Amino acid sequence: METRPDPGTLTAEALAGAFRDGTTSAADTVAAVLARIARVDGAVNAFTDVLCERATARAAALDVARARGEPLGPLAGVPFAVKNLFDIAGLPTRAGSRINRTRAPADRDGALVRRMEAAGAILVGALNMGEYAYDFTGENVHDGPTRNPHDLGHMSGGSSGGSGGAVGAGLVPIALGSDTNGSIRVPSAFCGCFGLKPTYGRLTRAGSFPFVGSLDHLGPMARSVTDLALSYDAMQGPDPDDPVATERPPEPTLPGLAEGVDGLRVAVAGGYFSRGGDPEAFEAVAQVARALDCTRRVEIPEAARARAAAYLITAAEGAALHLDRLRHQGHAFDPAVRDRLIAGAMIPAPLVERAQRFRRWYRAAVLDLFRDVDVILAPATPCRAPRSGQTTFVLDGVTLPVRANIGVFTQPISFIGLPVVAVPVRLDEGLPLGVQVIAAPWREDLALRVAHRLERDGIVRAPVANL
Amino acid sequence: MSEQNDTPPAGDLDTYIAAAAGLLSIPLDPAWMGAVGSNLAVLRAAADQVGAFPLPDEAEPAPVYEA
Repeated sequence: METRPDPGTLTAEALAGAFRDGTTSAADTVAAVLARIARVDGAVNAFTDVLCERATARAAALDVARARGEPLGPLAGVPFAVKNLFDIAGLPTRAGSRINRTRAPADRDGALVRRMEAAGAILVGALNMGEYAYDFTGENVHDGPTRNPHDLGHMSGGSSGGSGGAVGAGLVPIALGSDTNGSIRVPSAFCGCFGLKPTYGRLTRAGSFPFVGSLDHLGPMARSVTDLALSYDAMQGPDPDDPVATERPPEPTLPGLAEGVDGLRVAVAGGYFSRGGDPEAFEAVAQVARALDCTRRVEIPEAARARAAAYLITAAEGAALHLDRLRHQGHAFDPAVRDRLIAGAMIPAPLVERAQRFRRWYRAAVLDLFRDVDVILAPATPCRAPRSGQTTFVLDGVTLPVRANIGVFTQPISFIGLPVVAVPVRLDEGLPLGVQVIAAPWREDLALRVAHRLERDGIVRAPVANL
Repeated sequence: MSEQNDTPPAGDLDTYIAAAAGLLSIPLDPAWMGAVGSNLAVLRAAADQVGAFPLPDEAEPAPVYEA
């Protein structure tokens, strides 16, 4: 009878501790994780590449390092995986596409992969995603959909669907994703994980395939807040290879994680963020607010317009990135992505510039709110995960297309680069919901502290799916 | 706040799409026209929504997000 927990279902914190104190070897952990992926991932379809040889060799090297008494990083012995838009040495960076598979293999790992491994983590694979990250569903016409590990008939959310699926299914404790308009926060909500979308510019994007340069962020997803902080801290730091990466030195969050929420001014986002979704999406926010004794409300001004502006900029910048591929390889795209990108290429420039100018106004207006509050709560999605293949849903009595509307609550936040921790709420035995814990620029520490307190008190939790 | 929309009617989207595709050197499969048109109409509506917000001439884009 199996009595030891499957390592893939443990947290990074627990795995790193077991490796440090000699309870387990990295080789045993990696072997067990690879076996679980082989057993479970056929149903979830989170992985597009499993790096058995590389991970096994890396684990053996870590075991040797430990035996020699060499210093061990904070993530030593912890397996992780990355959305397949991160460069992995030896693989073409497909970014969910068919077209990119003919690219030359990457000659080295992306910057965040290198930083994770420098902290002792072990890369075990690349993860499924929506084509070129232009997606909220987790579906992919080339590789098939990532299925929601909590109910295989439902969407994982996207575009970091494989990341959400792998973490929710207990295949790895930490996965890296990208978030342009909600692509970390949406799959975190649907798959019941924690996700951190840091401040724009905080984590280097060097060695990852871009989508919308002025909106792209990278970040971790995990089943505990401590694991988010461990991986986030390991990945911080300037990088001249990313032109928008901050020059700020790393600001570690783990040491202050348990400081609690006393003195923090927390408010619920009203107005736009309190309508246009299922009642349970707002109940999830209310549950979190009650746990924090939060009665305050703030109105994020012009959020609907901010979403519209983000939508425009995404389509236009994305089209600019892919213009040559649209010219020469149009038939090789996912049709839904291609048709949006072609339309994006045709938006007259003044309309896009106007959206950028509005962004300036909106940023100043939202930053004003942070004079009076430290953290703002909002739903992550307007509903629980829709069924796989579902194309419309009814929100507030209005029938809307699923693809375009899953991100209604995430887009106005990433539009101005605010840091967010998505926390998973289980209102009942049904699928999870997510709440955005939003802070001022560069205050990831506050969002993580709030998330940690909620986790400690059992208000938010990320149990491994029963597969 | 004014919601007045100064932008002209959308006009014939199909004509615009065909002309723009030529300008951009994107070979358009006729089968894609409908979906491209639908997407462009959504983008146009988004642009109208943004454009209805009055901005001073001094409101330049701010691609730097330092607090």
